[in-house]
Amino acid sequence: MGLRKDIKKVLVIGSGPIVIGQAAEFDYAGAQACRALKQEGLEVVLINSNPATIMTDKAMADHIYIEPLTLDTVKRVIEIEKPDSVLSTLGGQTGLTLSMQLAAEGFLESHNVKLLGANPETIHKAEDRQAFKDTMEKIGEPCIPSKVVETVEDAVDFAGEISYPVIVRPAFTLGGTGGGIANNEEELRDIATNGLRLSPITQILVEKCISGWKEIEFEVIRDSKGNVITVCSMENFDPVGVHTGDSIVIAPAVTLSDREYQMLRTASLNIISELKVEGGCNCQFALHPESMEYAVIEVNPRVSRSSALASKATGYPIAKVATRIAIGYTLDEIINQVTGKTYACFEPALDYVVIKFPKWAFDKFVYAKRTLGTQMKATGEVMAIGTSFEQAMMKAVRSIELGVDSLNMKKFEEMTVDELLGHLRKGVEDERAFEVFALLKKGVSIEQIHEITLIDEWFLDKLLNLVELEQWLADGTLTEEKYLTAKQYGYLDSTIERMSGQKCPTHRNAVYKMVDTCAGEFKAETPYFYSTYDSENEARQFIDRTEKGKKKVIVFGSGPIRIGQGIEFDYCSVHCVWTLKELGYEAVICNNNPETVSTDFDTGDRLYFDPLTPEDVDNIIATEQPYGVVVQFGGQTAIKLTRHLSDCGVNILGTSADDIDAAEDRERFDELLEQCGIPRPQGYTVMTTSEAVVVAEKLGYPVLLRPSYVLGGQNMIIAHSRQDVEEYMEIITSHMIENPVLIDKYMMGTEVEVDAICDGKDFLIPGIMEHIERAGVHSGDSISIYPAQNLSKKVRETIIEYTKRLSLALHVVGLVNIQYVVYRGEVYVIEVNPRSSRTVPYISKVTGIPMVDIATKIMFGATLQELGYASGLYPEGDYVAVKVPVFSFEKLQDVDTMLGPEMKSTGECLGIGHSFEDALLKGLVAAGYDLKREGGVLISVRDSEKKEMIPIAEKFSRMGFDLYATSGTASYLNRNMIATNTVRKISEGSPNTIDLLESGKIHYMISTSAKGRMPARDSVKMRRKSIERSICSLTAVDTANALANVLLSGRSMDDVELVDITKI
Amino acid sequence: MALIKDSTPAWLVLANGQVFQGKSFGAKGTVIGEVVFTTGMTAYQETLTDPSYYGQIVTQTFPLIGNYGVNSQDFESTQSYVSGYIVREWCNAPSNFRSEDSIDHFLKRLNIIGLWGIDTRCLTRMLREAGVMNGAITTEDPAGRMETLLTQIRAYSVRDAVKTVTGTETHTYTPENIKYRVVLLDFGYKRYIRKSLMNRGCEVIVVPANTTAEEIYALDPDGIMLSNGPGDPAEATEVIANIREIVKLGIPVFGICLGHQLTALAMGAKTEKLKYGHRGANQPVIDLASGKTYVTSQNHGYAVVGESLDPSVGEVSHINANDKTCEGIRYNSVNAFTVQFHPEAHGGPLDTAYLFDEFTGRMDAYKEGK
Repeated sequence: MGLRKDIKKVLVIGSGPIVIGQAAEFDYAGAQACRALKQEGLEVVLINSNPATIMTDKAMADHIYIEPLTLDTVKRVIEIEKPDSVLSTLGGQTGLTLSMQLAAEGFLESHNVKLLGANPETIHKAEDRQAFKDTMEKIGEPCIPSKVVETVEDAVDFAGEISYPVIVRPAFTLGGTGGGIANNEEELRDIATNGLRLSPITQILVEKCISGWKEIEFEVIRDSKGNVITVCSMENFDPVGVHTGDSIVIAPAVTLSDREYQMLRTASLNIISELKVEGGCNCQFALHPESMEYAVIEVNPRVSRSSALASKATGYPIAKVATRIAIGYTLDEIINQVTGKTYACFEPALDYVVIKFPKWAFDKFVYAKRTLGTQMKATGEVMAIGTSFEQAMMKAVRSIELGVDSLNMKKFEEMTVDELLGHLRKGVEDERAFEVFALLKKGVSIEQIHEITLIDEWFLDKLLNLVELEQWLADGTLTEEKYLTAKQYGYLDSTIERMSGQKCPTHRNAVYKMVDTCAGEFKAETPYFYSTYDSENEARQFIDRTEKGKKKVIVFGSGPIRIGQGIEFDYCSVHCVWTLKELGYEAVICNNNPETVSTDFDTGDRLYFDPLTPEDVDNIIATEQPYGVVVQFGGQTAIKLTRHLSDCGVNILGTSADDIDAAEDRERFDELLEQCGIPRPQGYTVMTTSEAVVVAEKLGYPVLLRPSYVLGGQNMIIAHSRQDVEEYMEIITSHMIENPVLIDKYMMGTEVEVDAICDGKDFLIPGIMEHIERAGVHSGDSISIYPAQNLSKKVRETIIEYTKRLSLALHVVGLVNIQYVVYRGEVYVIEVNPRSSRTVPYISKVTGIPMVDIATKIMFGATLQELGYASGLYPEGDYVAVKVPVFSFEKLQDVDTMLGPEMKSTGECLGIGHSFEDALLKGLVAAGYDLKREGGVLISVRDSEKKEMIPIAEKFSRMGFDLYATSGTASYLNRNMIATNTVRKISEGSPNTIDLLESGKIHYMISTSAKGRMPARDSVKMRRKSIERSICSLTAVDTANALANVLLSGRSMDDVELVDITKI
Repeated sequence: MALIKDSTPAWLVLANGQVFQGKSFGAKGTVIGEVVFTTGMTAYQETLTDPSYYGQIVTQTFPLIGNYGVNSQDFESTQSYVSGYIVREWCNAPSNFRSEDSIDHFLKRLNIIGLWGIDTRCLTRMLREAGVMNGAITTEDPAGRMETLLTQIRAYSVRDAVKTVTGTETHTYTPENIKYRVVLLDFGYKRYIRKSLMNRGCEVIVVPANTTAEEIYALDPDGIMLSNGPGDPAEATEVIANIREIVKLGIPVFGICLGHQLTALAMGAKTEKLKYGHRGANQPVIDLASGKTYVTSQNHGYAVVGESLDPSVGEVSHINANDKTCEGIRYNSVNAFTVQFHPEAHGGPLDTAYLFDEFTGRMDAYKEGK
């Protein structure tokens, strides 16, 4: 059938900021979609509020709107651009929901826009609980006994009928937001109330809990001809009960016999055929472990996180194929890119196993509830490919960057069997696999662990193999046979040496196998490899076969998405690869994150899907023999490799290992600053609590505390008192006593950030960014404005001068990110990162300076002058851009939402406008702030900020908001002539702040406190409550002030122009 | 059970002189066969008991075999016909509620020699490039006797395959509600062909491969099923001659795999040996009538040459989407239709089971006209 003739211009809707449950996988899917559309010669219009994405890059679309993903904005884009079609299924739930709303309102029809990828009926049948049940019943596919209810009472009645435990699933929410398992009526009332509120259609599903059944997924594709195929099956290590996004997942399914496999495969095909999906679809099943009974859990009629995983696991590009189907092609017309000979209408055969391991943020959120359930909590994931389960598992655990190289975790090793079993019985937590491993190592039987966890014995036995291997290594001489077995099971040389206490008798380099979709049946030319210990090295053969005499350069990626290291580094890595190709190099990517564009096999000239540890990287280097490697675009993950690579004599392109070290090592950095004559906040290094208190008092409160071993704000706090210092030191020393703690004077000034490019002689600052929140709020969590609005000429010049001195002193070749604080008119340096940063993508997009491209060219000897850039600050453009952080607090119970020096946001949005106010307005709307202009504002701030609250409160009051405050704040405001209602604190009995938040009267809450983190504290409870009630919660006075100003400006989204950034 | 630390070495010696050293599982000894690979990720039990693999050493490309053990329900015949079995890794602690045995023990019981722990992907790629080739698995070090072994290996060919695997007696299988009577010619049939028929109300009379047209006619069937089976189809001259008569009976004929090839030969078409065959559960086949593509289960080393079929006799109804080889024929001159793939599945996708419905449809029409 081929391309539909009536399609010329397509609108692609992206998925917006990265939040838990909707991450980089949609940038991967969206980028594939855009490329597929452009390859067909179609004009592509893109809307996505997330500036860190690759899809919002000029290379990807013809017209790009980094604008809020609201219904009104999308309508306006359609009116401006007049596309003839909209592609709905590549932008996650956000894109899909918007498309459906546009269709339901008749907007698409009245504007002659075709809906591609899904039709409203399909979506209704898949997403409306009752319609879905009816559809499944019609085709005889079993569902779990369940009922859709709209009130708590109905939920309780139904649960009585089917008996507890029951699962609550709210309709139309992301990643299962607001769902949970209720074991009794009380719990059900709690969960149901919350779920009903979060569901945009006030609907929840109450269903029988089938915890313990196997959870199996199929990725399925269908075209308009009715051709149907399954791309991949996946089996969850954790049985039903843990969200698949939080589960360790194995592909293909490994414990199913052909009968079971075909039964579920056929069910998937029946479902997709009945739903008439044209494109990709994900079907989730629960399979009874002791019978052929199964039930359909859920169907997602769009590309998803699972489809990204399935694509990477098999080499089958689901998003690309789904896009082609959406524009008219059928599966039998689409060539399988991997083989180049066969067609997309086939099912991949794997000759390896794949393990996906989730990455959680519990290392940052020490007080968060770690229990896993139906609500997804992971921020990212890694994938590992191996020829055995054990090998893949070992690769996965070292890819996930938990500081371990095996399944041995010290804290579990130190626990007794009873303690471990007791803990295991309490519920599933993120580290369960490590816990189970510790139990197996302590001799507890598979049967006993299975009884508690219901994890299939097959998986437990594989873990036991690893236990036995480790014991075998520790027992007697380390023979070559043992060594080779351990290598095949995925162990690093260093791990083998540690476990055996002996030197390795020999060293084997890994060989590489190709991921080819067909298990070797057809000759493939996919440059996609994974390591194993075997006889044949296909990567080497491939390199020899395709040798073009080009120099090879390896670009190290940034691993799993986590708070503080997100999709922006993938943007940088991919751009670096593009530039390398343009410069005539062979660009090789090493990364382990299945959600990303960098791990698409046709991004680079070759892809190695493997862990990013020194030994893993050595193996790749041994096979590739590169001219050089690039570490500065892959975040800390890649930077961490620098020292090792440099010691091995590998050519590090760009800033040298020694200079990177000079920026990271505190003592060397202090020396450097002294040489350059640049001040930084005074600080000391301490080891013990008593030392800490002495130093803190010498510096004067507030002080900033952080462990010395990390940069980027992890475990960093601001202490306002001796008690704060003591509490912090207790936590930090209980973890790792051997690492010193850094204490700095905390300067409450304006934070300014600069990304610069340096060629060793000249330097270029594309733009200076200013943060709305004063120093103390992590730069990643601050609202950041480009260009800086409030800096004096002198300060600006000082910043330029310091940036120059630092770049040159550090011999930066490429990118550098510098954070400053301006305190009482003086500029101080806080941090220097000689690498790419979070802000590079957005600054590149709004200034039009392709920073990564320039940096890459400079690494290869170009100068800024040659590239046409003058030294210094680049002239400011006509637009103001405001980056607004986005958080996933509703997914993480018990996490304090108060902003501080430790980063908490998972993603970001950008607002672009002619004025600061317009840009901020857009940014806030994009980040999901509901800018209501009436209602109540609840204020509760710490004493030190009460004075500053006066003008802010006055603004809200002037706009007609009703003010409420706890006694201290209220009397202070009232004394200052701002009428404020007093509301009781939680400890003062009902009705109190919590009741007020529950009442629905409050639209904004401004809450800051001297102390935080501990979930039991009042202020934390209030902030959690506001998150649960979706009340706009502001935890910094500066944010509150900015928001008040936006409201005061009286402008709304209707008043601001939409900007096509390709025209900037 | 757990970590397999040590096991006896075993070797694969290929006709081209290549040697892979791995480890032994299953039975011990030396066996020669035609080395082939299958890409199916499940259904090893069905593969091992599919008579079509007679004379072959089967390599599994999926690395983890034996995960769900062996049960008594998934056999496709009463024994294993493979000569040898090669996997990357076998599972000594299977986990499945139906599992009764481990694959190692199962192979030992049936005296099948197995080899594990070799680079099966390397072997697969070698077979793909060079085509299927003969080889031997041995648990005795081949060093020092390579010449003799290679001579034996090179001399080997799969002979008298159908004669060996076919049953010698007639068996009748009766479903609860009999709607049709089908004679199933046993060239080494898979049990699920019989079950697929019985599930549709067919009483199935399984007869030996060399049963003649008259003998079949005497059983008064509503349909005749020509089964799958092993070997070079052109070698089964006697059966081909019989089929030439069988199709003249006017009774609906449905052929699967070898049954498809033998019918084509009987109707004057030719067969050819494929370089490395189609073995797996992911082979796309286009039904030319509907234009739809189906994912099918396949296991064959030979194929009908589509162009050799006289258009007045019949037309190619299905082709392989990858290499465009003939995957099915509908005959005009006689009441017969045949497919190269396995609509009965087991293992593999159930997507083409509709062909059995076409068969019963033809039987309905035949019965009406009787």
